Amino acid sequence: MSNLKNPISITANNLLDGEAVWLGSNGHWVKSVDSARAFFTEEERKIAEHAAARADAENLVVEPYEIEVKMEEGAPVPLKFRERIRAQGPTIRLDLGKQADIQSQAAAA
Amino acid sequence: MYRYDEFDREFVAARVAQFRDQVARRISGELSEDNFKPLRLHNGVYLQLHAYMLRVAVPYGTLNSSQMRMLAHIARKYDRDYGHFTTRQNIQFNWPKLADIPNILEDLATVEMHAIQTSGNCIRNVTADHFAGAASDEVADPRPYAEILRQWSTIHPEFLHLPRKFKIAVIGSSNDRAAMQFHDIGLEVRKNDAGELGLRVFVGGGLGRTPMVGKLIRDWLPEEDMLSYCEAILRVYNLYGRRDNKYKARIKILVHETGLEELKKDIEAEFDRIRDSVLKLPEDDVEAIRAYFAPPDFATLPAEDSGLKQAKLDDRSFARWVDQNVSEHAQSGYGIVTVALKDTGEAPGDATSAQMDVLADLGQDYSHDELRVSHEQNVILPHVKLSDLPVVYQALTEAGMASPNAGLITDIIACPGLDYCALATARSIPVAQELSQRFADLDRQNEIGELKLKISGCINACGHHHVGHIGILGVDKRGEEMYQVTLGGSADEQAAVGEIVGRGFSSDEIGNAVETIVNTYLTKRLADDETFLDAYRRLGALPFKEALYPAKEAA
Ligand code: SF4
Repeated sequence: MSNLKNPISITANNLLDGEAVWLGSNGHWVKSVDSARAFFTEEERKIAEHAAARADAENLVVEPYEIEVKMEEGAPVPLKFRERIRAQGPTIRLDLGKQADIQSQAAAA
Repeated sequence: MYRYDEFDREFVAARVAQFRDQVARRISGELSEDNFKPLRLHNGVYLQLHAYMLRVAVPYGTLNSSQMRMLAHIARKYDRDYGHFTTRQNIQFNWPKLADIPNILEDLATVEMHAIQTSGNCIRNVTADHFAGAASDEVADPRPYAEILRQWSTIHPEFLHLPRKFKIAVIGSSNDRAAMQFHDIGLEVRKNDAGELGLRVFVGGGLGRTPMVGKLIRDWLPEEDMLSYCEAILRVYNLYGRRDNKYKARIKILVHETGLEELKKDIEAEFDRIRDSVLKLPEDDVEAIRAYFAPPDFATLPAEDSGLKQAKLDDRSFARWVDQNVSEHAQSGYGIVTVALKDTGEAPGDATSAQMDVLADLGQDYSHDELRVSHEQNVILPHVKLSDLPVVYQALTEAGMASPNAGLITDIIACPGLDYCALATARSIPVAQELSQRFADLDRQNEIGELKLKISGCINACGHHHVGHIGILGVDKRGEEMYQVTLGGSADEQAAVGEIVGRGFSSDEIGNAVETIVNTYLTKRLADDETFLDAYRRLGALPFKEALYPAKEAA
């Protein structure tokens, strides 16, 4: 069992609204990278690829691909800046994208 | 203004219905993304980092107030309450839901707008001088030509699958405000000694990975031959343009690799063969289209307005705005207003739906129902009475659109960059915002004078960085955003591609680097009226390099 250089997650865009999503546990697609599943080995990667291809074929999501992540407090954080922006929203409009949802949820709580 | 004919109307309606069906089949799973992607792109629908993006064409940048109002309505109803005006005289909506897009297109069709040919390897939205039909230096309005080209190129069956996208720009003055020489075909309307109208034709200009200034292929082309000649160019390109390598597929590479003279032989031969065919433009048809663009009913007014004079004396901010953002109109007593969508710290080219509504109202009430979108990401009110300038200014001020910075260092062009764009390598909007804040002081901006600063978030150069007097290109260097600076580019009649000045700067350094460049210019210029570009052309890159990269003491 070979370990990957960095763990990976699978991301895609939702078919209906184009929103960024990640493959979570049990093959569900989640809206927050915090809940994404991280895959650590080649074997796991095969499972991930398989799940991604199936979701693509079932037209749940659009163009799934693999991203490298690092684990922070048990949750995956994308290594690439581009992927961190996808996970949050435009850096210049904090009122838009996922970061806005998180903020408004926090405010409502 | 030009009105849709029956063909346009039926065609657009059919396309909307067709796309509605395609979207439904995509959502039901009948169509895979592989099948659907080319269909959505044909209708201007991209998939970006956070959402789908819809690009809507504003043909030759001209729109009326109901069209502007419709754009506001779409932003409000289907999007996040704003739109982004681009360097291609388009508007982009950043957050539409897939299922809503057929409705958006249907709404757009009610005001004769659409998103067809805003993507893909076809002839794209034909662009034109945003001062068309108003500028005092105009030989003739370029829009009738742009409209004829639009009709000819819309679903032209032969040219829907070109080696690569194809952009055409038309200007009607020897002052180029449309970056005409950076288009696949650039056309300049001119008059010969006999007073006849014709065109000067440039071919093979473009930005992107391999920036090139267009080459003059015809100094004079009779008006009636415009379509035949363009068709000949497209045909030769379609035949010889490279399809094996996306980066070498634009006509600029064909012109460059084949040589202009060689290619011209083929183009002229094809032109000779077809010039007397159906594409020859009958004078009557040209006149009929020209009539759609007939000047509005201008009042007869004196060249100067005493009320305006007094208002300028009374209000220094207003005076500054008039001096900077109002350009000379061909009609006495009128001015051309540039509404700079460049308020301090804002994203260049973004307008909220409320702002678009204000623009629509102002267009309707004070500009003969006409508005323009400029490639510099501003909106133009082309026909405003000088006596109306104070109330227009007042309304713009209230709506946060009265920045008196047209043509100055904070009138920045910036593409969406990595905040939105799936192709980006770095962010551009935050750099624009930082620079706009850094140079916010108006006295300083005026002291610096005309300076075009342009920022792209990747080598595709949608932010026109190659032709910025100061150009900034964001790249990714081992996971970090780095900004490469070019100097001396220009998109006007003295077109030039900027030169890379040296190694790039981090996002923390880029603001200071621009500051250093500007300060170097200010200390080296011969006089206050020597512009940045003139000074750069005289001095070359060396003093700027020395200031940016001081030699290490020990070296
Ligand atoms: S220049 Fe690059 S980053 Fe900017 S909009 Fe164009 S493709 Fe996107």
